Amino acid sequence: MTTLSIIGGRVVDPAAHLDLITDLHIATGKIIAVGKPPSDFKAERQIDAQQKIVCPGLVDLSVRLREPGAEHKGTIITETRAAASSGITTVCCPPDTNPVIDIPAVAELLQQRAAHSGMAKVLPLAALTRGLAGEQLAEMGDLKEAGCVAVSNVLPIVNTEVLRYALEYAANCELTVFIHPREPWLGVHGCAHEGAVSTRLGLSGIPETTETIEVARHLLLIEATGVRAHFCRLSTARAVEMVKHAQTQGLHVTADVSAHHLFLTEMDINNYNSQCHVYPPLRTQQDKAALRTGLLQGGIDAICSDHQPHEADAKLSPFAMTAMGISGLDTLLPLCLHLAEEMSMDLITLLSYVTSKPAQILGIDAGTLAVGQAADICIFDPNDSWQLAPENMHSKGLNSPFLGWEFKGRVIYTLINGKVVYTLCE
Amino acid sequence: MNTIQLDHQGRLKHFLGIEGLPKALLIEILDTATSLMSVTEQTVKKVPLLRGKTIVNLFFEPSTRTRTTFELAAKRLSADVLNFNINTSSSSKGETLIDMLRNLEAMHCDLFVVRHAAGGAAHFMAQHVAPHISIINAGDGRHEHPTQAMLDMYTIRQYKGDFSPLRVAIVGDILHSRVARSNIHALMTLGVAEVRVIGPNTLIPKGIATLGVKVFNRLKEGLRNVDVILMLRLQRERMQAALIPSVHEYFQYYGLTEAILETTHSDAIVMHPGPINRGVEIDSSVANGERSVILQQVSNGIAIRMAVMAMTLKAIPELKDTR
Repeated sequence: MTTLSIIGGRVVDPAAHLDLITDLHIATGKIIAVGKPPSDFKAERQIDAQQKIVCPGLVDLSVRLREPGAEHKGTIITETRAAASSGITTVCCPPDTNPVIDIPAVAELLQQRAAHSGMAKVLPLAALTRGLAGEQLAEMGDLKEAGCVAVSNVLPIVNTEVLRYALEYAANCELTVFIHPREPWLGVHGCAHEGAVSTRLGLSGIPETTETIEVARHLLLIEATGVRAHFCRLSTARAVEMVKHAQTQGLHVTADVSAHHLFLTEMDINNYNSQCHVYPPLRTQQDKAALRTGLLQGGIDAICSDHQPHEADAKLSPFAMTAMGISGLDTLLPLCLHLAEEMSMDLITLLSYVTSKPAQILGIDAGTLAVGQAADICIFDPNDSWQLAPENMHSKGLNSPFLGWEFKGRVIYTLINGKVVYTLCE
Repeated sequence: MNTIQLDHQGRLKHFLGIEGLPKALLIEILDTATSLMSVTEQTVKKVPLLRGKTIVNLFFEPSTRTRTTFELAAKRLSADVLNFNINTSSSSKGETLIDMLRNLEAMHCDLFVVRHAAGGAAHFMAQHVAPHISIINAGDGRHEHPTQAMLDMYTIRQYKGDFSPLRVAIVGDILHSRVARSNIHALMTLGVAEVRVIGPNTLIPKGIATLGVKVFNRLKEGLRNVDVILMLRLQRERMQAALIPSVHEYFQYYGLTEAILETTHSDAIVMHPGPINRGVEIDSSVANGERSVILQQVSNGIAIRMAVMAMTLKAIPELKDTR
């Protein structure tokens, strides 16, 4: 299939601030026109998108594919298939695989297998330090050459001098540093937000300060080194304020939030629900409200799935002993649409958090329907109501606290480079 | 949270925690224990209430005292008792808790008494166990230790009668204490006038006041006008962590001495869940003194555990549901 037209859909492109009912025309994997086709254009295939939303394929800033190293939880094939079924066309994969993405070979392997799968564009993040050990710098230049789009250590770097050099070197390589703000000692044995709920349930707490101290330490070093930085998975109101303040001061910093942190709080673990065992922990109602406010008023720039699929046994233990994380690919778009409804947010603004803004953070040409761009497209029916159940999840991991939730809005087609990689109806 | 503990008739199915249980049920446990107390005073200390039942003590954490009292309680009810030493069992070989449960179910056991280092472990087991099996929580992490709380309530009622006018102080490591949490829930449900927690800030968990207690950092101030002083054990690992500077300093500021005791109500009783660290949380002379009811707590513990076992296994049909 080399030419294709998507007819009569509501085309929403946050990057171009476009929201109108029109057609989209694709040739040789790229968008060649929005609206009227070129005079010599003849579509070999047409997709009827009436009553549907046509938007850029989603860009997800954090997806654990589990390969290499934990294929019993998920593989590149299973998880990119889940991404495709959810309208996600680009996924960013943190370097804490096994082996770690600290040598070009691992980064290349990931991309080759993803290319073989063909169902999502996989962008690896390189390790900031070798083995994520926080001691020696990883070969960031070579890793960038091998296709890594940014660097991240995921785990805390205890030695501040090493951290400083790592940030300086990343700046030198013109790589954005993805930071998981987590002070290495505060709440080190914790499994839930430190507060009334963890006290009542007798669970070890993770204080708010484990995040805010690290945001503060990094902001000072970001200022000193001039590196472009992105804070991953903010969970506290205070951290959002700190990032917002830094942004107003002109620092090159951005931040994201997981979709589940916009809906769940510490109260959701009430019955030792291990599906709510995540890191950072689910925080208070006030924190949740501040994360939502941060999307509209600054401090939070993108929403990601923070996809962490697990096998069933990983969640089948007493709360503290279970694996952390939610299988989030299947619910990223539905949760975002639900959020827009709850916050009375227009579709362009909402979709910008999962398309154009994450693409900007990564510095990639994606998340837009501009003419000349790759035709990575999501078409969804905004009125299709459905319920999340294990049998309609596409990820290998069925670990979701949203099972049983009613959602409105379902992906009908996903296209990558103009090729239909997922369709609900066929 | 603990509705899982009750069957559809509102009777005790599991005993996982005090939180959420109705006052009438707590009173029923105390009354049942009173009726069983006489068994322990007979020459033949046995009744056939649980004859033919198999009770398994599953202790994932070392404990001699609690395990022994559960074992004794089960034997006095004529149950067969198995003790699983988890350190040498299959769990240390990597078997999951669920697999272990399934195996024990296959052995046709009736009741599991569980101690585990993780908060919510007993709750987790109750959620996944076969419907005919009951679970009693013998301490889960820092969450709850409900039979300890009930034996404490039994002892308080024994010495004080009515709960409503009482001011109760819980002193020491509240942060890590399952005894403290269960006692707070029990005391609040039974309607005492006031519950205080006393300790250094490092040992007071965040948000504890939401349970309805008053927080004190000064021992003398916290003990003013209290009727019951419930001392907590300070675990050795806490002494070595950065939570307190030294045992010496802890005893200086939070140890219950005769001098401190003299500043309290003359009829205030002193309790401790044991084992006691003499000279750490309590002075020897206070532990042995006339206001100490510590050994009475131990005796009462057997009756309480008998009551809870009999109630969860529905072996006391003659006791009316008073709720």
